Amino acid sequence: MLRIGTAIVTAGLALTLLSACAPQGQNSSAPWSAEEIALITALSLSRLPELPPDPSNRVADDPAAAALGELLFSDTRLSSNGEVSCASCHLPERHFQDDLALARGVGETTRRTMPIAGTAYSPWLFWDGRKDSLWSQALGPLESGVEHGTDRTHVARVIAAEYTQAYAELFGPLPDLSKLPAHAAPAGAPDAVEAWETLSEEQKDSVDRVFANAGKAIAAFERTIVPTPTRFDAYADALAGGAATEGLMTEQEELGLKLFIGEGSCVNCHNGPLFTDNHFHNTGVPAVADLPADLGRALAVEQVATDPFNCLGAYSDAGPADCAELKYMTVDGEELVRAFKTPSLRGVAQRPPYMHAGQIGTVTEVLDHYNSAPSAPAGHSELEPLSMSAEELGALEAFLRTLDYDP
Amino acid sequence: MSKSARKWLHLLWIVPVGGLAVGAVMAAKMMYVPADLDLSLSRTTESGLYVSSLEPGISPVAIGSIHSWTVEVTTPDGTPVEDAVISVAGGMPQHGHGLPTSPQVTQSLGEGRYLVEGVKFNMPGWWTLTLSIDGSSGSDEATFNLSL
Ligand code: HEC
Ligand code: HEC
Ligand SMILES: [Cu+2]
Repeated sequence: MLRIGTAIVTAGLALTLLSACAPQGQNSSAPWSAEEIALITALSLSRLPELPPDPSNRVADDPAAAALGELLFSDTRLSSNGEVSCASCHLPERHFQDDLALARGVGETTRRTMPIAGTAYSPWLFWDGRKDSLWSQALGPLESGVEHGTDRTHVARVIAAEYTQAYAELFGPLPDLSKLPAHAAPAGAPDAVEAWETLSEEQKDSVDRVFANAGKAIAAFERTIVPTPTRFDAYADALAGGAATEGLMTEQEELGLKLFIGEGSCVNCHNGPLFTDNHFHNTGVPAVADLPADLGRALAVEQVATDPFNCLGAYSDAGPADCAELKYMTVDGEELVRAFKTPSLRGVAQRPPYMHAGQIGTVTEVLDHYNSAPSAPAGHSELEPLSMSAEELGALEAFLRTLDYDP
Repeated sequence: MSKSARKWLHLLWIVPVGGLAVGAVMAAKMMYVPADLDLSLSRTTESGLYVSSLEPGISPVAIGSIHSWTVEVTTPDGTPVEDAVISVAGGMPQHGHGLPTSPQVTQSLGEGRYLVEGVKFNMPGWWTLTLSIDGSSGSDEATFNLSL
């Protein structure tokens, strides 16, 4: 009697314990705790909030601006050799990147092309965040000597000649650019710099304004580029709704997810529906031998703070109260050295190579990097070695593939 | 803010975190917020000079959005402390890093209340915010815990 009694009590206890840790759906082979469910559902694309407005860009959400921006995005006339457009490196059919370690425009860049989907959610652009808006970002490659290789005066002239009406409808009549030299810019090719110095302040301002507005139209287009749902999102949404998750992910993928949000600490940085905290971290990625030393965020803070096209500058449509990210940005400290922006992991397995200069060739090798956590070539790596088994690393890789886009 | 002031701020940050270091090492492999964490947003400062309270400007405090907080400072008997110089620091004890932004007190709102702008948290987990208060009764500080 006594023994049966104990058995019943024990069974009762065990049941209570079980139900304390099991989620709503008892179907899953990987029972999730309430904390885990919260972390998983926070990663779902259906949790992506509406795109926040960009007060620095008056036409950010104007469909006519997006239409003009889409044309500019693939216009090769906006380059020194007539062959390079944004779409040369950000290939729309390749998730807006180019599958290369270093990008090729009129020359070769020192960093890898970043995919564009969802980047409108980021307060900082580029691997080092040296731009604080999409429109200001777009001006960079146009004048980069290795990307479009052109200059703002040429861009303004192309706009005036080819997009007169679309421009005027959005931004008002174009200034008279006919007396300007063919090429002029405050930095870049010596001839262009010399020509720039001959311009009046008023002429410089009118060129800068057309240049900035071209960026604003391109930004309006980029704001329409958003990620599409994946198998992982279906799983997370089922879990959130208490529906059956069977058949949506394999057991191996579920284990990978568990490690991603748990022991692997991946979710510390790759968090939210875009799998990025849009912040900068030194993860000990090796330097590239033939390239100049890259200090990442540490050099970018000064650049963005003094950029005439930043949120507080003359060409921004924002009021000072709209520029909190810039005003309260951290400008010094060891944490900035060789810190790079956390990339989104959506579609990541479909677009090797990886890291800011394409240093790592495959997802498997990326996971080996996290497993051993080498010390950083400069600054201090935030990672600790994971010391995971091959099985666990395989599970993490399988999980990352649940973020593949439909072909 | 001057560079040296920032350095000093950084040191202030190390003091409370230093106290937590033992716990942090033990918690290093722990993914979740310690269960017994005191999440009270009203605290007596370390040396008992002030009572300080924090109130977030957004609710819930969302990861990734930059926002402001209101700080209220009184003496232990409840008298509002005006004209205090307050600085804010913080970070994640389990991860050994600071805040992603550099928040600042931008306005005194009267009656011992102050506006802190530029606060942001970029990860889920346990965060601390430390207020260093220099006011009529001297300098003191208080560290608050947040669970995001
Ligand atoms: C030669 C190849 C190339 C061209 C042309 C090019 N890009 Fe890029 N893009 C890159 C590279 C490389 C990076 C990362 C550079 C860095 O961090 O320094 C990048 C970064 C970006 C980013 C930042 C994304 C993020 O998440 O921070 C955006 C947005 C972008 N490019 C848009 C554009 C636009 C718009 C144009 C045309 C005006 C353009 N790019 C032209 C190669 C190119
Ligand atoms: C401390 C923050 C942090 C943590 C933790 C972290 N990552 Fe990353 N991750 C980054 C940053 C930053 C980069 C880019 C680094 C660079 O290029 O220098 C990156 C790059 C990647 C890439 C390459 C993406 C690309 O487009 O190049 C993958 C894949 C990745 N991480 C997966 C993971 C996985 C899986 C985990 C957990 C085991 C993890 N990360 C943990 C911050 C982090
Ligand atoms: Cu952290």
